[in-house]
Amino acid sequence: MTDIPLVHVLILSSLLFTIGFVGVVVRKNTLFMLMSLEVMLNAVGVAFIGAGSVWQEADGQIMFMLILTLAAAEVAVGLALLIRMQRHYRTLDIDVLSKMKG
Amino acid sequence: MSLFASIEGLFYLAASIAVIASLKVVTGKNTVHALLYLVISLLAVAVCFYLMGAPFAAGLEVIVYAGAILVLFVFAVMMFGLGVDETIHAPQSRGLSLWFGPILLGTLLLIELVFVIDNSELTLQLSHNVVDAKQVGILLYGPYLLAVEIASFLLLAGLVAGYHYAKPEHQGGRL
Repeated sequence: MTDIPLVHVLILSSLLFTIGFVGVVVRKNTLFMLMSLEVMLNAVGVAFIGAGSVWQEADGQIMFMLILTLAAAEVAVGLALLIRMQRHYRTLDIDVLSKMKG
Repeated sequence: MSLFASIEGLFYLAASIAVIASLKVVTGKNTVHALLYLVISLLAVAVCFYLMGAPFAAGLEVIVYAGAILVLFVFAVMMFGLGVDETIHAPQSRGLSLWFGPILLGTLLLIELVFVIDNSELTLQLSHNVVDAKQVGILLYGPYLLAVEIASFLLLAGLVAGYHYAKPEHQGGRL
């Protein structure tokens, strides 16, 4: 059992998650939306590590590593899509993508 | 001992740095500045992990997140032409005032790091409840082996999709 109460870890996690979520919803720039997604994934990692340290189990860190691989794959695909979008529309504004045509 | 010299105090300091830096990421105008704030946020979260007794996860956070994923972001931003549309509409640089925020947050993290290294009592206190890399490795290649394999499939899919989407169009052909 660590000195840091689990409630405070979860409060930090939910604060970071909310900040990231607001960023995803509010921002129009697709790159900033990707960065906010990173903040959200990171917040989930904080929750897992906190729970793992309270019960002194390594499972939390394993879940964090799986989140890490998920974030890496997501960023690779997302940035490649953004590069394609910048090449096609000359902008990163998400509103350009409102028409779903070839 | 005062609140600052305890593990809780250091944790709250790092947590507030993470929250402030994340807020600056979300509200930022300039892409590169927001990326650097994101690095500070990730480093602060890594300090939190260390204080929670997960040094292996803290190292992974610094190496993989702040070191690899963020560099990927920076490369992509360079390919976008440094976000020209962002910097034109943003207010012009006001000298050193732009430096104040990142330097303040970075210096606080540095002071905290030196403090933890310097204070042997804290180090002893931290070593009581550490879940070290050995336990993680045993579990990772035991019960979680299937999850590791699936994660490798996910990374392969990310690699193929990244190559396919970022490929110049004139090369043509389907993958």
